[in-house]
Amino acid sequence: MNILDIIGPVMVGPSSSHTAGAVRIGLAAKKLLGEEVRRADIFFHGSFFATGRGHGTDRAVVAGLLGFMVEDERIPESFSYAKKMGLEFSIKGIDLGDDAHANTVKMNICGESGRRLEIIASSIGGGRIWIDEIDGLTVNVGGEYPTLIVHNLDEPGHVAEVASILAGNSLNIAAMQLYRMGRGGEAVMVLECDHRIPEEVIRRLENLGGVRKVTYLNMDTGHETEEEHVQFVGGDNHGYKGKKMGFLADRTGG
Amino acid sequence: MEQMYDNMRKAVSSYDSSRTSESALVGGEGAKMQRARENNALICGDFIGLVMEIAIKLGESNACMRRIVAAPTAGSCGVVPAVLLAMEKKRKDTKEQIIRALYVAAGIGGVIANRAFIAGAAGGCQAEIGTASAMAAGAAVFLEGGTADAMASAAALALKNLMGLVCDPVAGLVEVPCVKRNAMGAVNALICADEALSGIYSKIPPDQVIDAMRAVGKSMPDDLKETGTGGIAATPRGIEISEKLGSFS
Repeated sequence: MNILDIIGPVMVGPSSSHTAGAVRIGLAAKKLLGEEVRRADIFFHGSFFATGRGHGTDRAVVAGLLGFMVEDERIPESFSYAKKMGLEFSIKGIDLGDDAHANTVKMNICGESGRRLEIIASSIGGGRIWIDEIDGLTVNVGGEYPTLIVHNLDEPGHVAEVASILAGNSLNIAAMQLYRMGRGGEAVMVLECDHRIPEEVIRRLENLGGVRKVTYLNMDTGHETEEEHVQFVGGDNHGYKGKKMGFLADRTGG
Repeated sequence: MEQMYDNMRKAVSSYDSSRTSESALVGGEGAKMQRARENNALICGDFIGLVMEIAIKLGESNACMRRIVAAPTAGSCGVVPAVLLAMEKKRKDTKEQIIRALYVAAGIGGVIANRAFIAGAAGGCQAEIGTASAMAAGAAVFLEGGTADAMASAAALALKNLMGLVCDPVAGLVEVPCVKRNAMGAVNALICADEALSGIYSKIPPDQVIDAMRAVGKSMPDDLKETGTGGIAATPRGIEISEKLGSFS
């Protein structure tokens, strides 16, 4: 954990999980879509549904979809900004089952070019988020690192091709996950990297044979400096790395 | 960290007593405390009065969707600035000194976060206001020139005083009793800082106090961990308020 996670972030209240986390989920969805969002159907699960109105979770998610950051004082008025900026949205409840984190939202969004994205994400405490699914496929991404999500056909060689393009650009992979719908069907590679991924690298990946779609998520706001990046080591209550598989039991709110 | 300090000051100076929260449970109370303080009407006097005033103002601002600095959480955002900004005014500290004190506070909070938890949903209010109070206590000792042992001891004392405090927000909102618990956490920090500076140390080592807080938090039932279903939230009036607010349906 970073020392500025203890004193900080600067954010619009009232809740790091129900407000700041909700803004970041909206923001992540917009970044994954890669363009301005024009239409969003938002479904709140669990505590997001039960206490979201009082926490401003609805306005927070919409603010994120508009590209507002967690400290943006326009968040409380995001509904009127949505109207001005041409974003239509609906908000409903949903039951995603007992396994879903209490602060979870599912969204179907559509961009200005007609590009669509379905996302399920959770706010896991302290404003940190967890993306559970993208377009119906499990991803398990915290957004702490620049992350590439590559949808490809489940054929031999695609993982090696993607990895070698990253290696050729001196981009180090911090963590990698592979999922597929079924043998020979659609597969997804989730690559969390140590560095920002340049635009041209993403374009090269998109042009690989067998690759259907590439989405890129970089939540880095550029606020942090190296000097402030003091890490606490040894604890396991807030780290992501090395506990991805077991995170469900230990996720905390805030 | 300088940005955090600047934003804490800005959050206090831009306090707006006309704002109310979405539930209308919170708003305008920081101004009441300010008025009472300025009229010399407070039992606690001007300095403690200012501490309480800042804590309540920031807790309210948070509930009213204004910009604050989480320290360590949004719900406990009033505690650390209340202590440090009131001390800054009284002692005429430099900005540099207060920023150093914020690092002390963050260090203490970081240890607690790693060893236990800092969110009400994880360990009750003892984890949230308790941690903020421990952070503020240690930072206050730092400003007064106390030793590292005294800082750690003040933090331990603060955590001990709040051991077992449950997270029981009415309707699940960070409003009642959260805003006023910020004032309590801030004043508790000063009590503990003064104790440590007087040589009254915690008889139990700080790490063991944190471990005890973790154990207590783990054994707390879910209805006392931010679910809005136990404690103050489960009183007849609390339930009535919750039912009136409703959800999105």
